[in-house]
Amino acid sequence: MTVKGDHILFEKHIQGLKREKRIVFIWQACILVGFFGLWELASRMNWIDPLLFSSPTKVYNLLIEKLTDGSMISHTLITLFETLAGFIIGTLLGIVIASLLWSSPRFSNISDPYLVILNAMPKVALGPIIIVALGPGYVAIIAMGAIISVIITTIVVYTGFREVDPNYEKVLKSFGATRWQCFKAAIFPANLPVMISTLKVNVGLSWVGVIVGEFLVSSEGLGYLIVYGFQVFDFTLVMAALILIAIFAAIMYKVVERIEGWLIKHTT
Amino acid sequence: MSFLTLENVTHHYFNKNNYTKALDDISFSVKEGEFVSLLGPSGCGKSTILSIVSGIMNQTSGRVLLDDKSITESELAIGYMLQQDYLFPWKTILDNVLLGPTIQDNVNEELKEKAKELLREVGLQNVENQYPSSLSGGMRQRVALVRTLITDPKILLLDEPFSALDYQTKLKLEDLVFKLLHAYQKTAILVTHDIGEAIAMSDRIIVMSANPGKISKTFEVPLELRNEMPFLVRRHPKYQSIFDKVWEELNKSETRTV
Repeated sequence: MTVKGDHILFEKHIQGLKREKRIVFIWQACILVGFFGLWELASRMNWIDPLLFSSPTKVYNLLIEKLTDGSMISHTLITLFETLAGFIIGTLLGIVIASLLWSSPRFSNISDPYLVILNAMPKVALGPIIIVALGPGYVAIIAMGAIISVIITTIVVYTGFREVDPNYEKVLKSFGATRWQCFKAAIFPANLPVMISTLKVNVGLSWVGVIVGEFLVSSEGLGYLIVYGFQVFDFTLVMAALILIAIFAAIMYKVVERIEGWLIKHTT
Repeated sequence: MSFLTLENVTHHYFNKNNYTKALDDISFSVKEGEFVSLLGPSGCGKSTILSIVSGIMNQTSGRVLLDDKSITESELAIGYMLQQDYLFPWKTILDNVLLGPTIQDNVNEELKEKAKELLREVGLQNVENQYPSSLSGGMRQRVALVRTLITDPKILLLDEPFSALDYQTKLKLEDLVFKLLHAYQKTAILVTHDIGEAIAMSDRIIVMSANPGKISKTFEVPLELRNEMPFLVRRHPKYQSIFDKVWEELNKSETRTV
């Protein structure tokens, strides 16, 4: 086979890849359009109750209207702020606690049963207590967003810390490294991939915590709009809030993916 | 004059249900500039001795002296090379090499130059800014060697550093390590289960037996073999006779334990 022949084979391979990518994209677009189209059609033809299930055009019109008068923007910003704050606090606190557990095996042994209980307990059930303790406001909602992710982060990251190959520590100790130096040089950086994967889980969890928190107390935010829409039977509003949540949760996830690509270039 | 001395060193490993005696009454000494091999079946405590000498682990009883001071008080740098390279994948080659100085907080331009110089000496050019993943196994182990040498250790502990490499790379690296250690006149202890490697590289071979780890016999490598490159030692007429003696001793201690 000549070089030219090889090159033609390679071109074919690339074209095959491109074709496959296009087919996947077309399917994805069809599903999206099909879903909204069918929804609109079902609503107009009264196959489903338009009062309960609204329709894409109604949701779209409402979104445009509320976005232009600015009311939807403030609700969205508040929820976004609470979610981000809860997400960051929960993740950082989890990593800090995991580091403390690693620094003292005795502390880790003492905490073990409590971590198991806290992890098993449904955190949203703590909602009323948190609200009573911190007052019905955004502080309580942020606490909800944080508390839902902090325990699982602690457990996952701590497990990661302990699974680092002990020979890396051996290398460092042969240079006279202290335990803290071992942590900085090997244990922590080796666990960046684990931490990023907990970030991905925590994005979803924080949204759950914040929305439930807003269900319970708040007078603003997307979670509040859902509850309010439900109470006044305005399901167009409920759907609009849901769509915004879906969009922003997806954006947050993508941002975390970017951070992952940027932080983790060399792990193997 | 002895440089490193082990006196009646005994070590136990404890766990929840049991304990094992890994080392039983080990005594030997190493002279400055000498190359000693510890040879024996797996589980004879060879690696445990290195961990104790490096100060990573404390023996249950006995004394370890380096230059007449207890190993825990000694200020002398010790170089430790493991079976695999254990280069940190997220650090560049240069940062990996400078790991020891970074820990000891004395990195400077001069040392960086020395690092590059040493890398060139082991045949690695223009790799400083690459990551370990782009290097082959043999190249990575050479980087690990440079990482060990950069702190200018007075004694080198080699824990089967060639066992994870393919045969050809292993022979080449043996020659390289031998040449470097002789050029810088380093004292070294090599742990291995390869008789040929022990004969080719060392001045003295300590044969150990397992359960518990004990010294069964010490062999002096003939003078003619000591200064030859490891690759050539294997072809030397005297090589076979010492090989047979060590082989016999190892077999003897094995049948004793089985």
